[in-house]
Amino acid sequence: MSGSILYDAPGPRAKRLDRTLNIVFSLAFVAVAAWIGYAFWQRDIFNDRWAVLWDGALGQSPADVWGSLAKGLGRTLLAAAIAAPVAILIGGAIAILRRGATTRWVSMPPTVLTELARGLPVLLLMFLAKFVFGWAFLWSVVFGLVVYNAAVVAEILRAGLAALPRGQREAGLSIGLSPMRTTLLIELPQAVRIMLPALISQLVVLLKDTSLGFIIAYEELLRTMKLNSEFFGNESRIVFFTVGAGIYILINMSVSRLATFVERRLRERGGGKGLEPPEIGPAGPIPQSGVGGPAREEGAHAGDPMFGAGRRPESRPIPQRRPGDGERRGRP
Amino acid sequence: MGTFIEEFGTIWGAFLATLSLTAVSGVLAFAWGTVLAVMRVSPVGPLRTFGTGYVELVRNTPLTVMFFFWVFVAPSLGFVLPLGFWIAVIAMTLYTASFVCEALRSGVNSVGMGQAEAARSIGLTFGQTLSQVVVPQAWRTAIPPLISVLIAHTKNTSVAAGFAYFELVASMQRLTNKHPTDGIVIFFGIGLMYLVITIPLGLLAARIERKVAFAR
Repeated sequence: MSGSILYDAPGPRAKRLDRTLNIVFSLAFVAVAAWIGYAFWQRDIFNDRWAVLWDGALGQSPADVWGSLAKGLGRTLLAAAIAAPVAILIGGAIAILRRGATTRWVSMPPTVLTELARGLPVLLLMFLAKFVFGWAFLWSVVFGLVVYNAAVVAEILRAGLAALPRGQREAGLSIGLSPMRTTLLIELPQAVRIMLPALISQLVVLLKDTSLGFIIAYEELLRTMKLNSEFFGNESRIVFFTVGAGIYILINMSVSRLATFVERRLRERGGGKGLEPPEIGPAGPIPQSGVGGPAREEGAHAGDPMFGAGRRPESRPIPQRRPGDGERRGRP
Repeated sequence: MGTFIEEFGTIWGAFLATLSLTAVSGVLAFAWGTVLAVMRVSPVGPLRTFGTGYVELVRNTPLTVMFFFWVFVAPSLGFVLPLGFWIAVIAMTLYTASFVCEALRSGVNSVGMGQAEAARSIGLTFGQTLSQVVVPQAWRTAIPPLISVLIAHTKNTSVAAGFAYFELVASMQRLTNKHPTDGIVIFFGIGLMYLVITIPLGLLAARIERKVAFAR
């Protein structure tokens, strides 16, 4: 629990205070929730407008309603399903090019391109495809998603590659592999492994960004929600919003959970030996959190075999003898 | 190229609109995000639950859905807000605050347990522990992620284009309609305006990272 860093174990007085605060705030939240519920009830939010979900309305059966929502969801997932693998492939290719390149002429253009693509809003890229190239809705959405996410994936993998111990690369080169093959066969698999949680988290971003398709009129889930609420009248807006937002949140939360799960599993089993995924900052990995942590070695304890390796000297129980204790030893 | 110079007045106005939305909602998001972060590390259970619930919910909601709520759904719940700038500010603030909260919280969590223990054991009070020992360290760790949140926030303001706020991306649509043959030039011109904001922020982040890197 995060609180444990800041607070001492509570004593009797703190416990009493804690209990009081717990009750006060719980009551406050319940009161606010009740008030919101009452306000909704007064505005007739809980009237028969929700029936559209199970009885249908205006000659549409509930199957039609859910069918149209499912179609919208399908288009959302389709855009994501096309964009994600392509973005990962391109991003991977860029990362390999940058790492394995032997001359600046090869590594420079991808570097510049990823920096540019990362600095532009996804919506701007979608507008480029839609209004300038005149592409279809789906492909405009996919274009925006691919360009941006490929750049981010390249950056994630770059951070992962940079975080590997130098020995990996040196070993590859010394057995006669070319720099490109070293990157491909030895470094990349390890980088993907330690950066897997970050890659999965990026998938959530990609999924969320498919909803930008709404703005360029791609008929994905959000647009379907809008169209449905236009068809069934203004009253049904909140109904379709609740359903649609619920679907988005449910999907994204499951993928986020997956990322957390993978991260914990990697940490427990050790992704490689003692490898920790570096954090991704705006300009690559944050220096002090790299693997083996330069900060841990460069800091106050540099060169100290014990502290430098991040270990503390073990404390030994101090033998305590009291007069008359005889031979017994006790821990302090 | 001529088109870009000719229409620079429009683009500049749109740039200022993007900038003002970024600044106003950025400041508000920082304030609300700080409150949320305090809630999430507070000893009071219900506040922690609220903070966690809020962050989980908002972080998994697409920004477009957030905008959609304030523009189309909120009026039927009785919140009628002026369309355009203020709706954009509210949606952006509520959205970005959850990311600000996470950046700050990860900063607090990164402070070693021993730091707070040491502070307590030399007799500092809770307030002193927080202000003299924990926050100064947490702050350093939190700055780089905060800047990346700010960069993402700047780019996210583009979503307001779809909800009746005239900023850079919306100006792109208008200008490409006006000059259909110069689409590429307009795209690069407007992209440049974003890069003018995002690239210096990225460089600043890299600089600060080097400067505040410290041993733990």
